[in-house]
Amino acid sequence: MKKVRILIAKPGLDGHDRGAKVVARALRDAGFEVIYTGIRQTPEQIVNTAIQEDVDFIGLSCLSGAHNTLFPKVVELLKEKGADDIIVFGGGVIPAEDVEFLKSKGIKAIFGPGTTTEETIKFIKENIKGE
Amino acid sequence: MGGEVMDDKNEILKEKERWENSTVKKSLEKFPERKREFETFSKIKIKRLYTPADVNYSYLKDLGFPGEYPFTRGVQPTMYRGRLWTMRQYAGFGTAEDTNKRYHYLLRAGQTGLSVAFDLPTQIGYDSDHPMAEGEVGKCGVAIDTLRDMEILFDGIPLDKVTTSMTINSTCAIILAMYIAVAEKQGVPTKELKGTVQNDILKEYIARGTHIFPPEPSMRLVRDVILYCKDNLPQWNSISISGYHIREAGATAIQEVAFTLANGITYVQKIIEAGVDVDEFAGRLSFFFNSHNNFFEEIAKFRAARRLWAKIMKERFNAKKPSSMMLRFHTQTAGCTLTAQQPDNNIVRVTLQALAAVLGGTQSLHTNSRDEALALPTEESAEIALRTQQIIGYESGVADFIDPMAGSYVVESLTNEIEKGAMEYIKKIEEMGGVMKAIELGYIQKEIADSAYAYQKAIENKEYIVVGVNEFVKPEEPPKKILKVDMEKELYQKEKLRKVKESRDNSKVKEKLKILKEVAKTDQNIMPAIIDAVKALATLGEISDTLREVFGEYKEM
Repeated sequence: MKKVRILIAKPGLDGHDRGAKVVARALRDAGFEVIYTGIRQTPEQIVNTAIQEDVDFIGLSCLSGAHNTLFPKVVELLKEKGADDIIVFGGGVIPAEDVEFLKSKGIKAIFGPGTTTEETIKFIKENIKGE
Repeated sequence: MGGEVMDDKNEILKEKERWENSTVKKSLEKFPERKREFETFSKIKIKRLYTPADVNYSYLKDLGFPGEYPFTRGVQPTMYRGRLWTMRQYAGFGTAEDTNKRYHYLLRAGQTGLSVAFDLPTQIGYDSDHPMAEGEVGKCGVAIDTLRDMEILFDGIPLDKVTTSMTINSTCAIILAMYIAVAEKQGVPTKELKGTVQNDILKEYIARGTHIFPPEPSMRLVRDVILYCKDNLPQWNSISISGYHIREAGATAIQEVAFTLANGITYVQKIIEAGVDVDEFAGRLSFFFNSHNNFFEEIAKFRAARRLWAKIMKERFNAKKPSSMMLRFHTQTAGCTLTAQQPDNNIVRVTLQALAAVLGGTQSLHTNSRDEALALPTEESAEIALRTQQIIGYESGVADFIDPMAGSYVVESLTNEIEKGAMEYIKKIEEMGGVMKAIELGYIQKEIADSAYAYQKAIENKEYIVVGVNEFVKPEEPPKKILKVDMEKELYQKEKLRKVKESRDNSKVKEKLKILKEVAKTDQNIMPAIIDAVKALATLGEISDTLREVFGEYKEM
């Protein structure tokens, strides 16, 4: 069975990468293959990397408030490129009302401040597609 | 009370041992301690009890007197007995019009200085109509594209009366140029301007991430701003060497002091290399620290940083003026400790952190708002945050005492430990070839990331308790009132920019940008050329692009 691959990405301009790095490391420690893009990625760059790296999940982190613009754009681009089997989740400083909006746009889960890395790992395990 | 009050240290140690083996031992049989070992966030082992025999210092040499070397007890002779710290709330959102309104509100509420938060496109050198700016305009700060925006931002605010701090780094020279132009229009001579620009590029590579250019040209811009201010804005703090973001990224208190002062050393070297005497500029260097949760460790951190910087400036750089050795600093309470759960609890966290900063002798303070783990603060939340400072300053009575924690066995011991730990790190970085090399190797970033991961693990295994998050949890509704910056602001800002571009003298803009490009290629001070360009209404993005053409862009590894 192929190892589950996850892209952790930071769309937009904010440099707050503490959360993204902690999540990337925790997922790696949990046995997944994790690629971290670094900061300031455009949705196009993220989707291209995801396809190239043949990932199963994309985790998006944004703390600037631009999530409502950037997260849905990633999902749209995946659709355009026929890669919408990749599951997208996100995290950051995201108010509750935006969580509903983002879910309606195809982001499968949003993890806010205070989420344990265990919860994120559990989410991945529950959403791994059967072979 | 007798005349001979000093006990013999050996006598105390002997008695302490007796106490451990009798009184404590008996007690532990019935009431074991909560943990096997206690330690601070910086992994300093906490002893069961601190006595005079557990701490070593010479009062005259290591503490001294306030306003005198080594400044352990504070930089001003009378500290808050003279004047309270500056209450300076970091604020900015949406357009210059929105933020100007918030500033007037804060000043009416008794705030004593301004602190400008810019949105990310402004910080990274993109105009509001740049594709990279999409969704980010006005989001975590105010959007500034041209001098017009800056004029609106400070409309009705006399720049000779307020002091203004601006969190701006890569585009610092451009924003400062705009501020100078606004002052000129208000008829305020630059030599009267008081305030601070952050202008600290090194921590951007380490922790904050708003860099544009590679390190070398970035350091030249830092230098140019410092030297321009030295000659033209003598009361201005031309850099704010910041540990705040290093701490927010996950560093411990010791790492915060170490990496910040190591950056400070790098800047001082850079200016000295330009042939300037250390006493000509060092008095205008300022610092910015975080105030986190471990109360005593934080107080000790501020004191240790002051003492260590004074020693570095005196012993290493041979500074002669006391002002060159003074570590003056701004403090912000720790954003990363705020919780989205039970957000009103954040008011209490902020109060404790703010108190630690005051007991540590800060020169100015920002207290975070309770709702900042959710969004930018509402006006109501921002007011509670300001009131928190006013209560500490006017009601608690702590401001009547100078460095009240001095002589505490605990705090003096922690002060020594933090200084020692920071010195070891600084030495290690120098052996590596200095800060720039350590950043290139990823060493500093990795140290911080390791601490951040350890912290997260400690929360998850409940070694650290976070009230409302991993203990004392209750189901709750998300708060109703939060501040939202809607997309209309972005459209409005773009429209405003379009109008400026349409109505300005475009040939003049072109000419000024051409001159700027030529200056950028030399080693001349870049500030005059940037001031001319902003006055001709060249945009922040155009000026940044001109510099990008000459300097190139930094690629993160």
